[in-house]
Amino acid sequence: MTFNLGFEWQVAVRFLREGRIQTVLIIVGVAAGVAVIAYISALISGLQSNLIAKTLGTQAHISVRVPDDVVTASMPHPSGTVVLSEAQPRAQRLRAIANWQALVPLLEANPLITAVSPMVTGGGLALRGEATQAIALQGVELDRYDAIIGLRGEVVSGIARLLPGEAIVGRELAIDLGVRVGDRLALQTATVTDSVRVTALVDLGVKDLNRRTVIVSLRSAQNLLGLPGGATNIDLKVSDVWAAETLAQGLRSQFPYKIESWQENNAQLLSALNAQSVSTALIRGVVMVVVVLGIASVLVVSVVQKQREIGILRAMGATRAQILRLFLVQGAVVGALGSVLGIVFAVAMIWLFTRFVRGTDGLPLFDISLAPALAVQVAIIATICSVLAAIAPARRAAAMDPAQAIRI
Amino acid sequence: MNTSDKNAPLIELTDIRKSYNQGLPNEAEILHGLNLRVGHGEFVALMGPSGSGKSTLLNIIGLLEHLTAGSYQLQGQEVNSLNDAALTLLRRSTIGFVFQFHHLLPAFSALENVTMPALMREGRVSAKQLAHARALLAAVGLSEAMDKRPAELSGGMQQRVAIARALVQEPPLVLADEPTGNLDTASSDEVFVQLRRMHSELGVTFIVVTHDARLGARCDRLVELVDGKIARDELVNPSAHSRSID
Repeated sequence: MTFNLGFEWQVAVRFLREGRIQTVLIIVGVAAGVAVIAYISALISGLQSNLIAKTLGTQAHISVRVPDDVVTASMPHPSGTVVLSEAQPRAQRLRAIANWQALVPLLEANPLITAVSPMVTGGGLALRGEATQAIALQGVELDRYDAIIGLRGEVVSGIARLLPGEAIVGRELAIDLGVRVGDRLALQTATVTDSVRVTALVDLGVKDLNRRTVIVSLRSAQNLLGLPGGATNIDLKVSDVWAAETLAQGLRSQFPYKIESWQENNAQLLSALNAQSVSTALIRGVVMVVVVLGIASVLVVSVVQKQREIGILRAMGATRAQILRLFLVQGAVVGALGSVLGIVFAVAMIWLFTRFVRGTDGLPLFDISLAPALAVQVAIIATICSVLAAIAPARRAAAMDPAQAIRI
Repeated sequence: MNTSDKNAPLIELTDIRKSYNQGLPNEAEILHGLNLRVGHGEFVALMGPSGSGKSTLLNIIGLLEHLTAGSYQLQGQEVNSLNDAALTLLRRSTIGFVFQFHHLLPAFSALENVTMPALMREGRVSAKQLAHARALLAAVGLSEAMDKRPAELSGGMQQRVAIARALVQEPPLVLADEPTGNLDTASSDEVFVQLRRMHSELGVTFIVVTHDARLGARCDRLVELVDGKIARDELVNPSAHSRSID
């Protein structure tokens, strides 16, 4: 028997213990709500992280390019003038970023940028025997490029290496051309044809990309694409992917280049993710409302059932505020216990998902885990909502006339 | 602000009226201009037929209901103008209740029921308060039943727990609403003996509502209500009464 706890706490806990099935049901109800919210949050967060990781696995966070070649009007037209001429848009020829060698150290000095990779990219053909495939040729410095997209981690065969005359090719392209690691193939551009040896095959996660990717050293690409000493773009990796657009805006104001963030290049994906986030928030909101209504209705019933006890307590000198707090404490206890149980349920559901829901390759579809911060956040919100749910029943109990309550 | 007067009678009701459903077609006046003075240490039986207004009067004296008109002074303090919070605190410090159906908290043991007022007041029960509660329960013959819940006790035992609870804060006034009304004769006598014993030992004022004329005759003073008015107010045991007033 303990006598050192507050009146409200002791009576609230005793009332809940007396409620037995009713208390168990309400706690399980809160737990179910918390479990659904925590599980859905973890699932969507895992899904989104996976999508973003896959998307950013094959592209830079920020890309710096030469500005588009545009036709400028010879003279401005006075207002009210009807213009009968039409300017043909210019074809975008391959051009190098002016003074890129000086730009790279400037970008590297930015603390928000974690990797900088100058590149030369252009179109061409890969030839082997009778087979010809259109390719996207990329000239890179391997270590720098690896820091951007983790190329070495994508190697499925061979060892990534890019000495002069060597190339890394996409897995599907290798299949189409019938080449294996160590074989040679010819690369042809508008002006040059050269032969390279395949050192590694990579899987970039998108078959279409694998079918046209050929990666060579920066110098080889400069020679093949007729841009000696040049770089057509500089890829950047940043520490916070969601800050890429803000950083890109800052860089745009500093440098006269075409600077695009991954968000700009993947607007549709972002819209889908946003829509998903809004839907998740709606589901969470609706579940929380259901939980709140459930708690409120059970506590209202409890107030009716405990009318006599409330009357006795009031007659003995319990203030309205004490009765109010007594029911708020009940809400808080139910919310806290339900939250803890709900988090346990959510962890179990996540374990079941990762254990039994697998892709065709037998591996889990994607990583899903309940971040401790998210679990704590959901538990705190659920407990607060439980207290809020108890307000109406608590006010009703506090407003009870003790003389009438005792007579019941 | 405590304006209580130590020399004033414990209770002074002057021309009090109580109506229910005021302003409605079914308005009913239960008490019609009633006057009553009760001194410190009296043992008063409040009797009368059903519907005569006994319980209403007891609720008014117990600060559970407001007057419609008139004046109520408790220890010299006019209570009619106090708000609910002030009435609650005054009730807590001044009045102990024993109800007809004992009204113990079923989720708590006998000892916990008796210590509840202390828990309510201070948020905890000190060792001294616990010892006092044990002593009171022992005094009403419940030494062996302290840790039992109300459902495990007989009606008479439950009522004795209620008496101990009413007295634990040592209030100057105990109101008992038909404390033996739900008991057989033997239990009824046993409970009444306890009430009288506590009265003589502690000097607390008791107002006991009862239908039982036999018990009424064993009180010091008998007040009879009929149709919301005092029809009879006489000393049943004048010597005891004079001792109390002195």
